[in-house]
Amino acid sequence: MNIHEYQAKEILRSFGIPVPQGRVAFREAQVERAARELGGRCVVKAQIYAGGRGKAGGVRLVATPEEAVQTAKNLFGKTLVTPQTGPEGLIVRRILVEEAVEVSREFYLSLTLDRQTSRYCIIASAEGGMEIEAIAEKSPEKIHLLTIDPFVGLRTYQARKLALALGMRGNVCEECVTLIMNLYRCCLEKDCSLVEINPLVVTGSDWLLAMDAKMNLDDNALFRHPEYQEMTDLSQIDPLEITAGEFDLSYIKLKGSIGCMVNGAGLAMATLDMLSEYGGEPANFLDVGGGAGRDRVAAAFRIILDDPAVKGVFVNIFGGIMRCDVIAEGIIQAASDTGCHLPIVVRMDGTLVEEGKRLLHESGLNVRFTHDLTEGVQAIVGMVR
Amino acid sequence: MSILVNRNSKVVVQGITGRAGLFHTRQCRDYGTNIVAGVTPGKGGGVIEGIPVFDTVEEAVRATGADVSMIFVPPAGAADALLEAAAAGVGLAVCITEGIPVRDMVLAKRALQESATIMIGPNCPGIITPGECKVGIMPGDIHLKGRIGVVSRSGTLTYEAVKQLTVMGLGQSTCIGIGGDPIIGLNFIDALRMFNEDPETEGVCLIGEIGGGAEEEAALWIRNNMNKPVTAFIAGRTAPPGKRMGHAGAIVSGGKGRAEDKIRALQECGIPVAASPARMGETMAGAIKKVARR
Repeated sequence: MNIHEYQAKEILRSFGIPVPQGRVAFREAQVERAARELGGRCVVKAQIYAGGRGKAGGVRLVATPEEAVQTAKNLFGKTLVTPQTGPEGLIVRRILVEEAVEVSREFYLSLTLDRQTSRYCIIASAEGGMEIEAIAEKSPEKIHLLTIDPFVGLRTYQARKLALALGMRGNVCEECVTLIMNLYRCCLEKDCSLVEINPLVVTGSDWLLAMDAKMNLDDNALFRHPEYQEMTDLSQIDPLEITAGEFDLSYIKLKGSIGCMVNGAGLAMATLDMLSEYGGEPANFLDVGGGAGRDRVAAAFRIILDDPAVKGVFVNIFGGIMRCDVIAEGIIQAASDTGCHLPIVVRMDGTLVEEGKRLLHESGLNVRFTHDLTEGVQAIVGMVR
Repeated sequence: MSILVNRNSKVVVQGITGRAGLFHTRQCRDYGTNIVAGVTPGKGGGVIEGIPVFDTVEEAVRATGADVSMIFVPPAGAADALLEAAAAGVGLAVCITEGIPVRDMVLAKRALQESATIMIGPNCPGIITPGECKVGIMPGDIHLKGRIGVVSRSGTLTYEAVKQLTVMGLGQSTCIGIGGDPIIGLNFIDALRMFNEDPETEGVCLIGEIGGGAEEEAALWIRNNMNKPVTAFIAGRTAPPGKRMGHAGAIVSGGKGRAEDKIRALQECGIPVAASPARMGETMAGAIKKVARR
């Protein structure tokens, strides 16, 4: 789960990690008040679920509250396109107004899961402000890695070794040690899948500050963090993906015209690959899951049809626990509910497949049925072209 | 004989009285699996479908000698269930549960590394040795007893491969779903090593997907160690970066974990990669024929 920079900073602050003074604003008046409180000179930062805002004009240093308001006026409601948002961009509904900080040095610090060791690891570098992949490419020797044994936890001496490796000395070094320890504690308690502080700065007055923060929360842990429910900014998420989430469906909107419904994530990915290979463009990824009932299948189908770009639908079901007659009933229900006239190709195999085939045939829908995966893919690609 | 589970395996089902647990207990038992016990805290002393239910895995093991556990406990308690199985000395714990928090699995994996228990999963369809023992949710009837090992991160994509193999007369020795999460127990290399040493396996079908570096590591291991043919399929060539594609572990992030890198790594190690999910069986058949001709 994604959260905004200002929310990540609030969480970090609650764990004793220093962040710049700042306030989130939803309206120009709030921007003005915040800028005034900060003494006029401040940074106006668009809050979107993506990085790379700077070059897109999403982050601006201003000198007066009037300038802050003018900047906010141009940002509120604007769709910001950055290298990380995709061409469709993300809409700006919230703005963080923050104190301007004199930066002396910049560092990179993040905490995430190291899949190779199945342990949390800290990644740090004295090259702050750059993308970590760029640092890895340009100067891999400048990246410090520390994996943490979950039985022992993060020890102070390990954090100190890291701080020293970054070139920190004296008070700043000890502050950094405390910060790193707090970061680990935060990560565990808040079930973060990623925390990235880039840059972590040493200010002109020799204070440590997390100047930018990105935090992703483990989707699998949301059930034990009721506080996260209100934190989601729905304006940052595609409406179809929101609806899918309400039905507990795994759905990702893509750019093509062939809607897809598959059971199983691996099979779904492979189906999308195959559609592309045969010249089609998938409109979405959707895993309807195992054991879904008729209503869930119908909801999934309706979500696919709600995408105006969809010109045809491909259903690929390998029914184990999933029953093919249930799939057929769900498709028929959704198609008739929405008055769908689009071509539908259904490829099914497994439990009760003949019954499913019969139901589809008798429904009067524009459905082509096949047992063969290749044939099904070729058929839908041909029909949509 | 094949690997990990066979006709002598005695299975305890953790979460047996839940909806999924009960349904799949019946399915496995109908397939021929010897389900000797179930565990649901608070329901100990009861009997369900003729199977004795216990409060703890330890009691179940003591009473029945169960050596394999099949876990259907919901996400909030699943990691704990894994730890409990390990503490009770169960040799193999197969965790079907999807949605276990990463933090819990970091700890569970660490704990299991100190134990003799092998973990399969989580978020997996389980393991089956056709004709002998099914510990999981896969449809038994598409499987055929034979000599091809299957190891996969996926569920239904695995069934697709298995059915293709069966239709071609290439039966399976053991099929293992290692799961779609970023933290799993038994990994590709562990399974490949066992298949390599199994006299009843003559080839292995590896099914991977985007995310992580396990397929690349497996490719190197195969090149350096494997004495029987391996073929592969990798799902997610067209997956957009940065998006979690269903499985928690299926994500291309920071340019890493891309399907094309995995495919290239496998091919550079001499492992044929099926061009499409419809040709996984055919690719293995080709590899087996090649060996036979030598």
